Formats: sequence, structure tokens, C-alpha cells
Amino acid sequence: MAIVFKKPRSMTDTHMHYCPGCGHGVAHRLVAEVIDELNVREETIAVAPVGCAVLAYDYWDFDVTESAHGRAPAVATGIKRVFPDKVVFTYQGDGDLISIGGNELLHCANRGENITVVFINNTVYGMTGGQMAPTTLPGQKTTTTPLGRDPATEGHPIRVCELLSSIPGVKYLERVSLDKTANIIKARKALMKAFQAQLDKKGFSLVEMLTPCPTNWGMNAHESLKFISNDVIKYFPTGVIKDEL
Amino acid sequence: MTKILIKGNIAIAESAVIAGCRYYFGYPITPQNEIPMYLSGRLPEAGGVFVQAESELAAINMVFGAAATGARVMTTTSSPGYSLMQEGISYIAAAELPCVLANIMRGGPGLGNIAPAQADYFQAVKGGGHGDYRLIVLAPQSVQETADLTMEAFNLADRYRNPVLLLLDGLLALMSEPVELPKPDRIEKYPKEWALTGAKGRSRNVIRTLWLNPDDRVTKHNCHLLEKYDRIRNELIKYETYKTEDADLIIVAYGTSARVSRTGIDLARQAGIKAGLIRPVTLWPFPEKVIRDAAGPGKKFLSVEMSMGQLVEDVRLAVNGKSEVHHFGIGGGWVPTEVEVFEKIKELV
Repeated sequence: MAIVFKKPRSMTDTHMHYCPGCGHGVAHRLVAEVIDELNVREETIAVAPVGCAVLAYDYWDFDVTESAHGRAPAVATGIKRVFPDKVVFTYQGDGDLISIGGNELLHCANRGENITVVFINNTVYGMTGGQMAPTTLPGQKTTTTPLGRDPATEGHPIRVCELLSSIPGVKYLERVSLDKTANIIKARKALMKAFQAQLDKKGFSLVEMLTPCPTNWGMNAHESLKFISNDVIKYFPTGVIKDEL
Repeated sequence: MTKILIKGNIAIAESAVIAGCRYYFGYPITPQNEIPMYLSGRLPEAGGVFVQAESELAAINMVFGAAATGARVMTTTSSPGYSLMQEGISYIAAAELPCVLANIMRGGPGLGNIAPAQADYFQAVKGGGHGDYRLIVLAPQSVQETADLTMEAFNLADRYRNPVLLLLDGLLALMSEPVELPKPDRIEKYPKEWALTGAKGRSRNVIRTLWLNPDDRVTKHNCHLLEKYDRIRNELIKYETYKTEDADLIIVAYGTSARVSRTGIDLARQAGIKAGLIRPVTLWPFPEKVIRDAAGPGKKFLSVEMSMGQLVEDVRLAVNGKSEVHHFGIGGGWVPTEVEVFEKIKELV
């Protein structure tokens, strides 16, 4: 019997700690598939964030380092400057990437570091218990916005791809969604493009993935996917934001 | 034997290059700016990389990344910048990544001023960031010793898989002296099988500082670190003594304060006062035993430091009540003169 589906070489056999319905499992797998398809597993060095995905290094079967909260783009810079020919990427959530780590992201992008950022946008802080993130939607209830995010006092959600798009060193930005199979296939293609851009030494690339967090959204897995399709995508439109490849 | 006339800052920068450091990440801050300015030209010429980071926070994390690959890497800064680096230093110490740091101390707290000081002693030797960790802290007193200890710092970092801090006051960094630079044959090589180089022909390497398992991994890791720190304590303590054998009063001082105190001791000796000096070269591990052994009834200790009294606390701990311990110094730009030290000795004896 022919094998039509199997675990990517770049993943370990470790059971994931993620909640049922979480998007990280799919996102991890997509990254692993792309690393395998590009045949760069032995050349890859990943930087894990602080947040739910800090344990990514338990699930990927290539070299990984942890980094302090938000500092992954700086750590990746240090790695890439030593090994310009290796594949270096960060995997970061919304709080990590654009709240505490905003400055590191901005300047890493502005230097045009030839790295790839995999950005997981689920609109909340997951690991710490569902607090407001820089990407929390207006009106969205979190554990620190019990009445819903009020842009008058808490600001508007930050659209990272649009924010970075004016920087010359940034060469590829795409926002994708993991809410349905067709979009997951698009997400995989976006990752392929971003990692290929790095291999081609084009410069900074980032793929933003809209992912569900059923636990902190107070929804079941199905409802949380619907929430992405009906609400999250409205504020964070999917598609290629910048392509200078 | 060729000597060149250079400043302490340049001695750090060029000795680092000779020691095989090819990666430098830093942020401008006075009075250490000559180091990044020098290396921005020198490193590319030597086939290395210089990056001006967006902040000290970013710089120390770039150091984390480069150190994780096993490369020899350095950052330098000055007091307020060193405060900003503490988060990264805690992670680097936890992950046991070798790297070299230099803090060219200026007046504080806060923005303070840009005059020389020794007021970051606590921060340097007691940790600085969160958690139980130690840095190896080296305190030169001349430009020559700065050059030599910079070479040694890279070797010690690799030998112990630990960050090493060069702690200088701003005076030493900006002072020019004739120096014989260290020879590259002093480079010690250590295997770095833990480094992130891509999982080619081996299983993956992971660098982490988080251990969430419901067992006692963090306590185990802390015990492992303590074992290493104990080994460093046993192997590495360095100090210099000067006329301590018959001394009634022993000054404990490092860096510029030690150098000035030595002349103050000469003045005291000429006046018939038996004074001596213990100069820690490693501030951590601290030369506790030599101080303790010298302590006893009738003997007095004096800590001379360009701070409001930090080193003096470690002298007190070492003396453990066996002798009187005094402090002489002010932080924020004051530099002792040999006459002031001599007067203080006279006052105490």
C-alpha cells in the first residue's frame, strides 16, 4: 500500500502540549514540511519565542534555540551574521513579536536581515492566560479587557505586515489564515515562498498566520475557526502585502 | 618586543580581534565608544562582522545568537547600557553560552554622568539579572593588563561555557599606555559540540533555559551551574599582594583605585606606617581566603573604591569580624589621589 501521508522528517515524535483546536500544531507542521521540501533540515537553525510556542524545540527535529521574550529577531541576527548561508527563522506570537519585541522586529527588518519570521497571530496572549495582545480586535473580550478592547484607551490592533511594508529591506510579506483547508494550502505556499526568498538571499521575509486560540477565546475548535473566517480576517485581510522577489 | 601606545578601550578591541573574536554587536554609549568605532573598521578587515544594534537589549541578544553558534563574540557598554543588558546576560548564563562583555563604568545611578566610577560592582559580581548565576569578572588596573585579560576572557568563556565580564572604570578605558599586545598563540581551543551549526551528521542541538517538566529540572540545572561555579572558585581566583606581610593596615582595591592606592602605600611606608595592598584581579570569584588569612586582631582593612561602598561589603564578609573594615570613596566621578589615600591611612593607623 502506498504511503500518502506521513510525519515530516523535520518533526519529532513528541506529543504536543497545545490545547485542542490550537493553530500551533498545524503551523509547526507546515514549517516542517517546507523545510523538508526545500531539503534544508540540516542547514536550519530556528529561534523559538516566549509564549505557547516556546516548546517548539521539542517538536522540530533541527537545531533550535530559545530566546528571551520578543528578542528572537536579535538572536536570529546574531546567528545569521555568523552563518549567512544557513536557513535561520524565528517563530513568534503576537505579543512576542509586536508588543515586547517590536523594536527588535523593526530594526531586524530595517537591516534587511536575510531571515524569515513565522508570525502566529491569534489575537491574544496564550500562555499567560488570554490577556489583550497588540492584535486583539476592537471590542474583543480578553482577560485584561473584560468589557472588550476599547481603541480609545487601548489603541487599535497593529497590522504587522502593513507596518513593515514600507521598509526597503523587507522583501516578502504575506498574511494567511489557518481557518480552512484551502487557506492552509495557501499558507504552505506562502512559507515556501518566504523560505525560498531566504535561500535566494533576497532579504527579510515574514508570513503572518491567523490562527485559532479556542481556549482563550472561550470557544470550541469549530467556533474559533468560524471566528477567524467571520471576524479576524475582516480586520487582518489575507493576501500578499509585499512581494519584491 | 614591540610596544604601542593605545587607550584601554582600544586594547580591549584589538586584543579581542587577536583572540579570534570576529563578531561584535554594540550600541553607542560614553565612555566606551572607541571600542565600536574601532571595531566597525577593524572587524570587516579581519573577515568579521560589526553590527550597530538598535539598543543594548538587542546587542546582548545578538551576542546570544552568535555565541549559540560557537563563535567568539563580544559586546561592550557603559553602566546604563549594562543595566539594559541584564535580561540577556541572565539568559546567556542560564544557557551557558561563552561570550565576553565589557562594562566601562561611569557615574550613576540613573544617567549619572560620563566620569569614571566603580559603582557597578554589586551588579557585576552578585548577578545583575534574575536568577542564580555568576559571571567571571576580571578587573585590570593598567592598559597592558586590559589587553592580557581580554585574551584570557575569551579563553575562560570557552573553557567554562560562561560569560566573562571585563570591569573597568572609565579612566582606565580612556588612558593611553604603552602595550605589548597578546600573541595569538595564547588562544585556547575547546570543543563546542553543543553549538547550533545545523543538524548535519548528528542529532539536533537545542539551546534552552526553560524547563517546565513537572520534575526538578530547574533545580538540577541550578545545581549543575553551582558545581561549575565551585570549580571556577577553586581554579580561577587571581589577586596581587603588595607589602602585606607585616602590614597593620591592608587596603583592598581594584582597577584605578588599586593603582593609586599602591602609591599611597609607598607614601605611608616612607612615613613609617606599615600599610599593604590586596588587589583582586578576579572580582568574581573573589579572593576571600587571602583577605581572611590576613585578618586578625590589631589589623585594619580599608576598601578604596570609586563608589559609595560596594566592594567593602565583600571585604567585611571575608574578614568576618576579625578586623576593623573601613571604606574610603565616593561614586560619580571622584578618583582617589595617592595623597588622599595616604591621609586616610594616617587617620586610621
